[in-house]
Amino acid sequence: MSSNLLPTGHEPIHQLDMTGIVKRFPGVLAADRIDFDVKSGEIHALLGENGAGKSTLMKMLYGLYHPDAGAIRINGEETTIRNPQDAIQHGIGMIHQHFMLVPSLTVAENIALGMKSSRGLRLDLDVVSKRVVELSEIYNLKVDPDYPIWQLAVGEQQRVEILRALYKGAALLILDEPTAVLTPQEVDGLFNILNQLADDGHALVFISHKLHEVLEISHRVTVLRDGRRVNSIPTSEATRPKLAEMMVGRPVLLEYDKNPAEVKDERLILSGVSAFSNRGTVGLDNVSLRLRGGEIVGVAGVSGNGQQELAQCIAGLRETTAGQVIVDGSDVTNAQPSALNAIGLSYIPEERMIDGVIKEFTVAENYVLQDHGHPKFTRGKIFMLFNKIRDACRQAIEAFEIKTPSTETLVKSLSGGNIQKLVLARELSRDPGVLIAAQPTRGVDIGATEYIHQRLLYERDKGTAILLISEDLDEIRALSDRIAVMYEGQIVGEVENVDVDVEQLGLLMTGGGRVA
Amino acid sequence: MGMEEIFTASVFASAIRLATPYIFAALGETFAQRSGVLNLGVDGIMLMGAFSGFYAVYVAQQAETMSEPVSLLFGVVVALIVGGLMGLAMAFVSVTLKAKQGISGIGVFLFGFGLSELLFQQWVGTPKSIQGFHRIDFPILTDLPIVGEIFFHHNLLVYVAFALVPVSAFVLNRTTFGLMIRAVGQNPEAADAMGVSVARVRYATTIIGGIMAGLAGASLSIALIKLFQQNLTAGQGFIAVALVYFGGWRPWAVAAGAMLFSFVNALQLQIKVIDAAIPSEFAVMAPYVITIIALIFASKRQEQPTALTKPYERGE
Repeated sequence: MSSNLLPTGHEPIHQLDMTGIVKRFPGVLAADRIDFDVKSGEIHALLGENGAGKSTLMKMLYGLYHPDAGAIRINGEETTIRNPQDAIQHGIGMIHQHFMLVPSLTVAENIALGMKSSRGLRLDLDVVSKRVVELSEIYNLKVDPDYPIWQLAVGEQQRVEILRALYKGAALLILDEPTAVLTPQEVDGLFNILNQLADDGHALVFISHKLHEVLEISHRVTVLRDGRRVNSIPTSEATRPKLAEMMVGRPVLLEYDKNPAEVKDERLILSGVSAFSNRGTVGLDNVSLRLRGGEIVGVAGVSGNGQQELAQCIAGLRETTAGQVIVDGSDVTNAQPSALNAIGLSYIPEERMIDGVIKEFTVAENYVLQDHGHPKFTRGKIFMLFNKIRDACRQAIEAFEIKTPSTETLVKSLSGGNIQKLVLARELSRDPGVLIAAQPTRGVDIGATEYIHQRLLYERDKGTAILLISEDLDEIRALSDRIAVMYEGQIVGEVENVDVDVEQLGLLMTGGGRVA
Repeated sequence: MGMEEIFTASVFASAIRLATPYIFAALGETFAQRSGVLNLGVDGIMLMGAFSGFYAVYVAQQAETMSEPVSLLFGVVVALIVGGLMGLAMAFVSVTLKAKQGISGIGVFLFGFGLSELLFQQWVGTPKSIQGFHRIDFPILTDLPIVGEIFFHHNLLVYVAFALVPVSAFVLNRTTFGLMIRAVGQNPEAADAMGVSVARVRYATTIIGGIMAGLAGASLSIALIKLFQQNLTAGQGFIAVALVYFGGWRPWAVAAGAMLFSFVNALQLQIKVIDAAIPSEFAVMAPYVITIIALIFASKRQEQPTALTKPYERGE
């Protein structure tokens, strides 16, 4: 068998089977008799919407949850995985969507965490560092063990996660939405690593909801929907429409027929806008942008390069330290959100659960968060007319296809997609001239995403100027008329959205396109 | 009034003595906070440690069944156990029951404050004095001029407190346990995913914090003041909590803060003694004012446990 060992010196997992896995959470059947298997040398994609049960299933494999029924077999032997330590001992590693790293600790300290030290109670960071360097050479994963995590780029942090799993002897790696935070170049780098790991005999589970990635990287794909397995097919037999239909349960529009943009007058003008970030560093640096009615301008960029600050400056939630914001001809630099609402600016915030809704409030209350003082909803601007509010909300629920038991349901019990539709309904109820949409479909299922996208296009055709801020390049390319790329608080490039080169965008996003 | 009247060797010596309870309590609190538990009940635990330590020594010395050193050791052990139990209570409420730490800490404080007073009234009644820790005489060193008075005129607990500073720094920075504490305080999800039991680490640090607070109380009642009375600590436990912030969660800096605070305190006492022109009320306020000012300027540090006061729940 020794010739079959992994490069780390550990035994491979030739075959892992999960059969009839059931998991109940209060009120939800999160996994309903799911079968899943993965082999050594294989990249098996697990595809599904948010809440389909992908992460739940894999968390059971990693010992974070315990199945209510069903069996896990490793190389044919039935195994109980009580906790992550058990999983690690059985050669199972997991790369979480939100990296499980401690920012203030170094790479070596993060890897040593939770492991036995060769010196008993004392840490043996020098020993760990040496092994890390060895492994990073074997797998071509360059990482400096003495660097603190917070100083590393996201892609590097992910490499640390992978290295740590390998260090602990992972023969099977579970990757939970590993590309969500990466630039296109970093995704290419990750895919190279994954292919190498598979070639070396590791078994890989690739969790994703992005169709093209699944098609590109996996050998086999299993689709989950509402806690059930829809099917498992070889990737060679899969197509995008076929997978999308399996995910959603009905045919889905993946590309939109866009009318040519009928641009009108300039509605939003930013000139030389600057602002600080939360950390007090430069957040926005002299940003200028012009939007006309009837067009969508996409803002692409890696998370944390000023997109949030940009949206907040326009929406009146962050102090603009220099420059001007003009909406429909009026200077609204540092205006209050209520004044901005009155002038026809709407804002779909990035953090919808924090800035978009009050989750302990009902659907109707959230619907009138801004307009509760409006004459049509009050008597004498003091007493709220709840019947009128409920009626208006009911109409919005119907118009925007929001799935909620009633107008009096608490927002926190709705799904992400329905909450986002509610925010959209509220923001569009004022018939805005300018709409700022920040990450409008992040964490939203394909069905709702399709709806939101078409609604944005409809608003555009009506003459609204839309600023679409997104980290999802596919979304930007599908909807935008023009694309602006942000890097380190600046707009480093602006292109018409015709035959855009993704490589070129990726380069701009990482500062590569900036003229020195 | 000359400077030499204020900055005497005895002021430095008393600063070191006064720092003892702060160092014990603040080092213990550093462990708890580094793991994400803000224990505001330190003062209450100190009061219980002070009373139980004092009472154990008092009973033992009344009964004359033990020699004096043994009775003192007995008092210290009782204070450690009582402190540890109160730490356990705090851990149970804030880790297992996931209660708001600010509120549960105040609960622990009030419990200790009230119970120490009640038991004192029931079992002792009026302030009684005991034979407490004596200063240790070192050959030659103790007799040195100035240096001897400042550094070698102290009781055992003073030396223990200062010895615990490097020990704490070593445990936090160089051991696997310390690494787990730091990880749990900054990113409990990550620690959990790596197989570290967040609850177990937080229990351990909160109990350590309780034991150290108990010791801090005992150092007051059986070494520094040698008696117990109502509210003996007079808020020293709260100052200890502030000192942890002041020192940026690093044992050496926390101890340095305790020294600075005690030094100002000692000066204040000295000014009162020599009846200087400064109103004594200002002198009493000074250490607290200086601490608040220092806290305002204490910057955010990498060491700050970002999960401080947040109960950990697996998988939201």
